[in-house]
Amino acid sequence: MHYRSLIATTAAVGLLVAACSNAGTAGTPASAPPASTAPGGSASASAAPTSNLPTSIGKGEGELNIIVWPGYAEDGSNVKEYDWVHPFEAANPDCKVNVKPANTSDEMVTLMRQGGGTVYDGVSASGDATNRLIANGDVAEINPALIPDWQDIAPFLQSPAHNTVNGKHYGVSHGWGGNSLMYRTDLVKPAPTSWNVVFDPTASKPYQGKITAYDSPIYIADAALYLMAHQPDLAITDPYELTQPQFDAAVAVLKAQRPWVAKYWSLYTDEITNFTNGATVVGTTWPYQVNTLKAAGVKADAVVPSEGMTGWADSWMMSARAKHPNCMYKWMGWMVTPQVQAQVAEYFGEAPANPKACAILDKTYGSYGVKDFCTLYHVNDTSFYGAIKFWKTPLQDCGDARGQTCVDYSKWSQAWTEIKG
Amino acid sequence: MAGRGLRLATIAILAFLYVPIGLIVLYAFNADRIQTWPIRHFSTTWFSAALDNPGVREAFGLSLQVGLAATLIALVLGSLAAFAVHRFAFFGRDLVSFMVVLPIALPGIVTGMALNATINASGIGFSTFTIVLGHATFCIVVVYNNVVARLRRTSRSIEEASMDLGADTFQTFRYITFPVIRTAILAGALLAFALSFDEIIVTTFTAGVQETIPIWIFNHIRLPNQQPIVNVVAVVLILLSAVPVYLAQRLTSEPAG
Amino acid sequence: MTTVHEGDPGRRRRLLAALYRHRSTQLLLLLSPPVGWFGVVYLGSLTVLLVSAFWYLNPATSAVVREFSLTNFQQLLSSTADRTIVLRTVTVAVAVTVADIVLAFPIAMCMARVASPRTKSILFMLVLLPLWSNYLVRVFAWKLLLSQNGPLDALLSTIGLHSPGFSDFSTWLVFTYLWLPYMILPIHAGLERIPRSVLEASADLGARSGMTFRRVVLPLVVPALAAGSIFTFSLTLGDYITPSLVSNSQFLGNVIYDSQGVANNVPFAAAFAIVPIGIMGIYLLLARRVGAFEAL
Repeated sequence: MHYRSLIATTAAVGLLVAACSNAGTAGTPASAPPASTAPGGSASASAAPTSNLPTSIGKGEGELNIIVWPGYAEDGSNVKEYDWVHPFEAANPDCKVNVKPANTSDEMVTLMRQGGGTVYDGVSASGDATNRLIANGDVAEINPALIPDWQDIAPFLQSPAHNTVNGKHYGVSHGWGGNSLMYRTDLVKPAPTSWNVVFDPTASKPYQGKITAYDSPIYIADAALYLMAHQPDLAITDPYELTQPQFDAAVAVLKAQRPWVAKYWSLYTDEITNFTNGATVVGTTWPYQVNTLKAAGVKADAVVPSEGMTGWADSWMMSARAKHPNCMYKWMGWMVTPQVQAQVAEYFGEAPANPKACAILDKTYGSYGVKDFCTLYHVNDTSFYGAIKFWKTPLQDCGDARGQTCVDYSKWSQAWTEIKG
Repeated sequence: MAGRGLRLATIAILAFLYVPIGLIVLYAFNADRIQTWPIRHFSTTWFSAALDNPGVREAFGLSLQVGLAATLIALVLGSLAAFAVHRFAFFGRDLVSFMVVLPIALPGIVTGMALNATINASGIGFSTFTIVLGHATFCIVVVYNNVVARLRRTSRSIEEASMDLGADTFQTFRYITFPVIRTAILAGALLAFALSFDEIIVTTFTAGVQETIPIWIFNHIRLPNQQPIVNVVAVVLILLSAVPVYLAQRLTSEPAG
Repeated sequence: MTTVHEGDPGRRRRLLAALYRHRSTQLLLLLSPPVGWFGVVYLGSLTVLLVSAFWYLNPATSAVVREFSLTNFQQLLSSTADRTIVLRTVTVAVAVTVADIVLAFPIAMCMARVASPRTKSILFMLVLLPLWSNYLVRVFAWKLLLSQNGPLDALLSTIGLHSPGFSDFSTWLVFTYLWLPYMILPIHAGLERIPRSVLEASADLGARSGMTFRRVVLPLVVPALAAGSIFTFSLTLGDYITPSLVSNSQFLGNVIYDSQGVANNVPFAAAFAIVPIGIMGIYLLLARRVGAFEAL
């Protein structure tokens, strides 16, 4: 090959690559100090000025890039009947949906801050991610008037503390659910009624070495919740706001549990496979896994233990620097319509934010046909909702008379590393 | 005697290498979504499902694009560096060899995080360009090593003779030098392409919403219902690459002596 | 016969001839593209990362505070878990390297010495092919192999044993499997480089194959071993995917990945990343002594 043509080819390829890329500037990266989070991070609660609130949704920008919990943006490729992405794209041809699944809230926060918040347009964030995103100015204030089904959302989910700050809405509630206790009905007898089967040395004895737990620092709250009931002298009032002694006690419980855990799960496939082949027989779970196992004929079931459970309330949030805000508004509006809420609720197994989905759900739906869905999932049950300790970011500020003495999330992460060892 | 023992050992090691591959092929025909042992029902539905899947096709195309671009950049830069280091003695020569090895010697997560931090800071969007940037950097060393090794085995007297006979630098390169290093470049290019095609860690840190094949597999292998399709994709990858790899090996093997 | 191009060949030839004489200009032209690329893209990025190791995270907002501080290093040094993790990772890396050398040798010897050219090409293809079947899928295949009541479990239970399941042993096994081709290739190249005459001379002097191997082949192939071990060591040191899939314990890569992904604590991740960088830096210097860089 002639030397000259080698150079020419390289130049051509370089042009091709540059043309194919969406890079704004094709220059070499400057060696400026890195901003690993969105610029202008401050501790103030409200970051977006109200004057920027849009009053109408314009034309779609061509595509939509969202970060989701796996199962929140189905396109029929997993189970044919569960597809709400293609109908959305059919109704909004100028919004092609690109989905990025994430395993943990922390992953979502990191991804949302990628590229200064310009890579992804939105996220289905749980309560332990939402407040961090709001505090750091990563998400934009939402105008509820632009969401057609807003008034149909359950009243207690229209302005919850996890996505509404100082009266400003930063997200659209999507759904909620709890971290229940799943067990193999044929291998765990009698059926467990308390979390002591995974936390207490005596109660867990038959199952030690076959327990599972959620692989995230936020799981420390589950241990705290257990201690709320079993060690009342610790005086834990909120499993996410723990003073140092309370925190240390929860960590001690988890360190004791560590040798009994066969596998910490963060991938659904992990928990599902392990329950199927019997490597794990009891542990915390999300309804999705229970549904999948039951549909596959595995003898598994889940209960809400006597101590209660932690849970997650998810909202759709839009990046403050989203490149495709119109498409994101359209998507958010789409996700709270009754028919989509019904599909998601049944597929994932969570309580929908829009109770109008119940009418659709109470008929048999798709391959997971569940009857009496809304009673089963306590969709309108405010006291059940109130009893769940939803994920939220542990902050130094206890939010009550104890002041700034609580343990913040970075210490939770460090402790989690120490626990897993 | 030793030959027979050696042959047995070789077969055993090849078996070790291919039992998991065999499992992958087997499970591409698993009718169940959940991957457990033993397989209860067999089915070929996943093959058509994988072929119909637009995500797979796009990911494949992107992986090819990225691989070709990264390999080309690595070819140019690696060869240039190889010539510089072989032909000249200069201050910092050892440093160049060291530096070129770093991207592949340091763990991928370090390279990935470093590139990610820089891309975030510089304001360039995450795109195909940034993926190629990362891949080319660790591909340079494979080309460099191959070319340097070949250059060491060639004598300079042929080139000098060519110049004595009146050829200029470009002609000498085209007619004399290049044919000698051609197979080394090909071997380096092949290995570079293979590295780029299967790379996941650095790519995770340098990609935006783009999905190369490894990223597509990473996103889908977590979903219980997608595992069979992922197995099919893996099987197709093996089949597609068998012939080119064999041919490439024949083309680049050293002539005896 | 070389041909002389038409169209003002004189100027071009004079330019090239001048270039030929000014070696430093040649060197500059050859070196600046690759060095420029590396300097900006790679070394620049590494510097950016390492600088951020001296910053820290504001606990209230999880935002990075760009002020010089040694908190990350203090945290690193005071944490017993982190030390255990580093030790565990290095131990497994060494075990993987040794296992891969032992497994790679027979097949590399076969390819270099015993096989006919056609068999050699087939063997080469067979060794390289697994690298094309995607890393993740191979790890998931191992997950299946090692799973409770899986194929390995079923096989081992016939002699009363069980599959290692989720454990460091499994991680070692999977890493050994994954990086084996990367060890076979350099060892094969190293063995090929040994001239036949040397082996024949050794035999002529009365050495049996065992002694020839120990006294002649092994010392000559050490650079290749070192070269292959750079791969196995560094790949094991930074991998976070395999340990999270086939074991329940954390490796060095997991801590780095979780710090930056989970806690968004990039400064801490960067500080922790200095550990594998340091380890590999020392390893590379030692390997270079042994001549590994020529054997890559």
